[in-house]
Amino acid sequence: MNAVPQDTALRTLSYAEAIREAMAIAMEADPAVILMGEDIGVYGGAFQVTLDLVDRFGPDRVMDTPISELGGAGVAVGAALTGLKPIFEFQFSDFAMLAMEQIVNQAAKLRYMLGGEASVPVVFRLPSGSGTGAAAQHSQSIEAWFGHVPGLKVLQPSTPADAKGMLLAALADPDPVMIFEHKLLYKMKGPVPAGHHLTPIGKAAVRREGSDLTIVAGSIMVHRALEAAGRLATEGISAEVVDLRSIRPIDHETILASVRKTGRLMVVYEGVKAFGVGAEISALVAESDAFDFLDAPILRLGAADAPVPYNPDLERASVPQVDSIESAARRLARREV
Amino acid sequence: MTASDTKMTDNRPFAIRAYTPDELRGALKRMYLIRRFEEGAEDSYMRGLIHGTMHLSIGQEASAVATCMELTDDDKITSTHRGHGHCIAKGADVGRMFAEFFGKETGYCHGRGGSMHIADVKTGNLGANGIVGGGLPIAVGAALSAKRLGKSDVTVCFFGDGANNEGAFHESLNMASVWKLPVVFVCENNQYGMSTSIRRSTAVARISDRAAAYSMPGVTVDGNDFSAVAEAVHLANARARAGDGPSLVENLTYRWRGHSKSDRNRYRTKEEIEMWMGQDPITRFRTELIAHGITDEAGADAIEAAAVADMEAGIAFAKASPAPDVSEVTRYVYAEV
Repeated sequence: MNAVPQDTALRTLSYAEAIREAMAIAMEADPAVILMGEDIGVYGGAFQVTLDLVDRFGPDRVMDTPISELGGAGVAVGAALTGLKPIFEFQFSDFAMLAMEQIVNQAAKLRYMLGGEASVPVVFRLPSGSGTGAAAQHSQSIEAWFGHVPGLKVLQPSTPADAKGMLLAALADPDPVMIFEHKLLYKMKGPVPAGHHLTPIGKAAVRREGSDLTIVAGSIMVHRALEAAGRLATEGISAEVVDLRSIRPIDHETILASVRKTGRLMVVYEGVKAFGVGAEISALVAESDAFDFLDAPILRLGAADAPVPYNPDLERASVPQVDSIESAARRLARREV
Repeated sequence: MTASDTKMTDNRPFAIRAYTPDELRGALKRMYLIRRFEEGAEDSYMRGLIHGTMHLSIGQEASAVATCMELTDDDKITSTHRGHGHCIAKGADVGRMFAEFFGKETGYCHGRGGSMHIADVKTGNLGANGIVGGGLPIAVGAALSAKRLGKSDVTVCFFGDGANNEGAFHESLNMASVWKLPVVFVCENNQYGMSTSIRRSTAVARISDRAAAYSMPGVTVDGNDFSAVAEAVHLANARARAGDGPSLVENLTYRWRGHSKSDRNRYRTKEEIEMWMGQDPITRFRTELIAHGITDEAGADAIEAAAVADMEAGIAFAKASPAPDVSEVTRYVYAEV
């Protein structure tokens, strides 16, 4: 885990509580910070992340929007352009597709199109991932799409501490930041530093040291990879687990250093395997000096080439699980791929 | 502003009543400057000095200048792909505009934006937009900022008739009305979305009819009549600044040139174009100013000559300006730290 400053108290909070704490700290410190989204007020958000913030900060700063994702995101972009710091919650990351125009054509490009004369310090929060039985339009992992867009920063916290630290770092960042939160992690508890805790944007974290292979994973896949690594350790296979944390910018150095050390690379992610985060990481290794350290082909483990299915067995089978990560890692370690 | 006080006893056009002679002569100058700027840009394009494409607003100058008549640099506008006139009307320097069109580092966007992204944030112009309807939610966001930050600024949102069929239009008007935001939606209805006429694309006879669906005042005016536009926007600004919410003003006008440089003008007749050229907003305003003794023929000629001189000086500045350094192609994607 990350080093935590000595004077910062650690409490145990859930991932959702950590996000809420970050929002409250930011809103206390800066009246320009506002929350926008569908049903984030008295309802508390579809996943209860904003919970009671409307009681503390009032409906002018915790704004329920109409069901207008394109317009709502665009209002957040315009507000960010003119002095506010909006945190815009998409109820499900899938709904961001309704707002692609404002995210990709406007927020991401405005600074560049205007030659650096404007900033869009907006934060988009996007509950994502499968495992809730909500099927094809409420379960996707589309973070890689935004990794393709210059001008955006794209983050994926895997721990409560990072969920808080990334949100506060995103608010301090003058550029648009998209934070993909995993719905299955909202109730996960972990140590969270008090106060204005920042997770550096663009830095991966080595969550488990190892020597036989590197597993690069993001979001909930970090936990599955860690569990798989624990099982593999009992049979003498030492897996290093790198938490990607940031898709854009991506931390080349941490990934390449790990590959140089272990000589084997597996990338595990919940998005569809093709054209995903794994392709980018594989390519950056293949294009670097770390390629010479590889002792086996690179392995990608991503979602099936299908929409996320409803049936629970199908749903589990459609994305990497601990068992599939474990067996793939074992094959990679034994060079059976 | 004494217009409303004197209206009962004074039958002169609104602008003559409302503005000082200096302001009126300045408005005529800006209209000539827009016309000469766009002719200069077109000529430079033909000579190969400007690449890409551009969308000229020749014939629509009254709409731009009269709409911006009462705006300060703190008031914001969002503009469109046909945005040169808005930029000049809001107070931009034509030298820096030409420099942008010529792709020079001294341009408003340091050569990264060109005609379609021309902006001047310092005078409150948040930028032209290459996406039809792209500026609508951004304008609502700018108005939200003004309201939350306790400012009395208004945001004027320019858009064309084509944008009124985008979802962003409907979402934006709805949110602006629900939240009573200080925004003035100004539709420049030049009657064609590229080649498709308003009759073939739009279910209502007048775009201002759509205001009723969002519980705001909507009015259609002769967009080539400076006074008619200025009065309608004056009332809308007053409503916005009083906290009573948004309005929709439709300026009925016509573009003399094609949609862009690729237009072969196969969708409208020569007779129609000539009829509208007979409604030249600049000639009409000039005639009105002379009729009311604001200037005379010689004075108006001098104003026009000054606009030509500004245009020529602007082109000279652009020609003499340095090009961007190609090694800086990724500069301005993110804030520099």
